[in-house]
Amino acid sequence: MSRTEQQGRRVFLKKTATAAAVAIAPGVMLHALPAAAAPRVEAVSGKIRWGMLIDASKCADGCSDCVTACDKENGLDLVDMPAGAEEALWERQRPRWIRQVKLKDNLSGKITNLPMMCQHCEKPPCVDVCPTGASFRRADGIVMVDRHICIGCRYCMMACPYKARSFIHAEVAEKLTHTPRGKGCVESCNLCVHRLDNGESTTACQDACKHQAIVFGDLNDPESAVSRALKKYPSVQIRADLKLNTGIRYSNV
Amino acid sequence: MIRNRSIMLFLAGAMLGLAIGPGNAFAGEAVEGTAKADKLEQCVEPTPVMRRNHFEFIKHQRDLTVHQGIRGSKHSLAGCIDCHARKDASGKAVPVNAQGQFCAGCHEYVAASLDCFSCHSAVPGEK
Repeated sequence: MSRTEQQGRRVFLKKTATAAAVAIAPGVMLHALPAAAAPRVEAVSGKIRWGMLIDASKCADGCSDCVTACDKENGLDLVDMPAGAEEALWERQRPRWIRQVKLKDNLSGKITNLPMMCQHCEKPPCVDVCPTGASFRRADGIVMVDRHICIGCRYCMMACPYKARSFIHAEVAEKLTHTPRGKGCVESCNLCVHRLDNGESTTACQDACKHQAIVFGDLNDPESAVSRALKKYPSVQIRADLKLNTGIRYSNV
Repeated sequence: MIRNRSIMLFLAGAMLGLAIGPGNAFAGEAVEGTAKADKLEQCVEPTPVMRRNHFEFIKHQRDLTVHQGIRGSKHSLAGCIDCHARKDASGKAVPVNAQGQFCAGCHEYVAASLDCFSCHSAVPGEK
C-alpha cells in the first residue's frame, strides 16, 4: 500500500470518528480506531518489534507538531510548573518525551532538524543500570518504566546516551487514565503503547507530522511500511558505535 | 474475627451511604445513584469477594498490563474508577479518592493508605 493510500484511509477513519464523536457528545473526540480494534488480551510477543524511520530531510525548521501532539497524547501538557520555580530551569527540566534537535554543519552551514526520543534499543543501557528492574524492555521492543517499581534514582537518565528520559519532580494534579504520572518517577517515550495495546497501529507524533517524516511499524515484518522504507533508503542509528541496535532509525542526518 | 465482622458491617453501611460525606475542592457534591455501579447488581466478582480481595486482583493485573500489554482484563483500576465514580449536580465526575467517595470512604475508616491516585487518575478516562 502506498503512502498516499494509507493517508487516505487515515483521513477517512478520522472523519468517520469525528462524525461519530459529534453524535455522541460535543467536545468528545474519538481516536481513529481500526475496525478490529480491541484491548489486548494475550501477552505481547517477540514476533513484533516496533520501530521507526525518521527522515530528517523532511523535518521542517521551526515545526514542533510532533512534540505538541506527544505532549497532548501523553498528558505532558498537564504537568504544571511548580510554584516558585525558575522559568528557565523549568524549561530545561520539564518532562518531554521528544526533544527537538538542531544540527549545524560548520563547514557548509547546512542545518538539519530531527526529533530525538527514546531509541528503544535492543540492548538498552537504562535497563542495564536499573537497580530495581523498573526500567525494562517489553517483548515487542518497547523500552518502558514500570512506575510501580521505580524508586526515582535516575541512574537510567545518566546511562541513556540519547538524553531521552525525564523525571517528575513534583506531584501532578491532573493525569490521563492511560498515562499515570506521579512525583519521583522517571519516564520516557513508550511509542504510544496504550494505542498499540488497544489495537491501533500509529503513534501520535506520526499522525501529527504533516511532512510525513516519521514512518512507524513492525521491524520484523518485511512488508511493513517501515521495513520497506528501511530497505529502500539509507539510514543510520544515532551513536551506532555503542552497538545498541536501536529501534528508531534516521535517514538524511 | 469480631473486629473483621465489624469492619464488614461498616463496609456494608458505607456502600449504602457513600454520598453522605462532604464534597471536595475539585467538583461539587456527589449525587447518589450517578455512578454506573449504582445501577448494577454486582461488581466483576460477588460483592463479598470484591470487598476482601479487590487489591489482590489489581495487584497482579497491573504487572500483566505494564509488562505484557494486557489491557482487556476483567480486573483493572481503570475499570473500578469508570464504574464507581459518582457525578456532581453539573455532571462532572467526582474523584473516587475524594473524602467520603467510593475508595476513600472505607480506606479512611480502616486507615489503609490509598497510594494509587498519586499517579493514577481518580476520575473516569477520556474516551
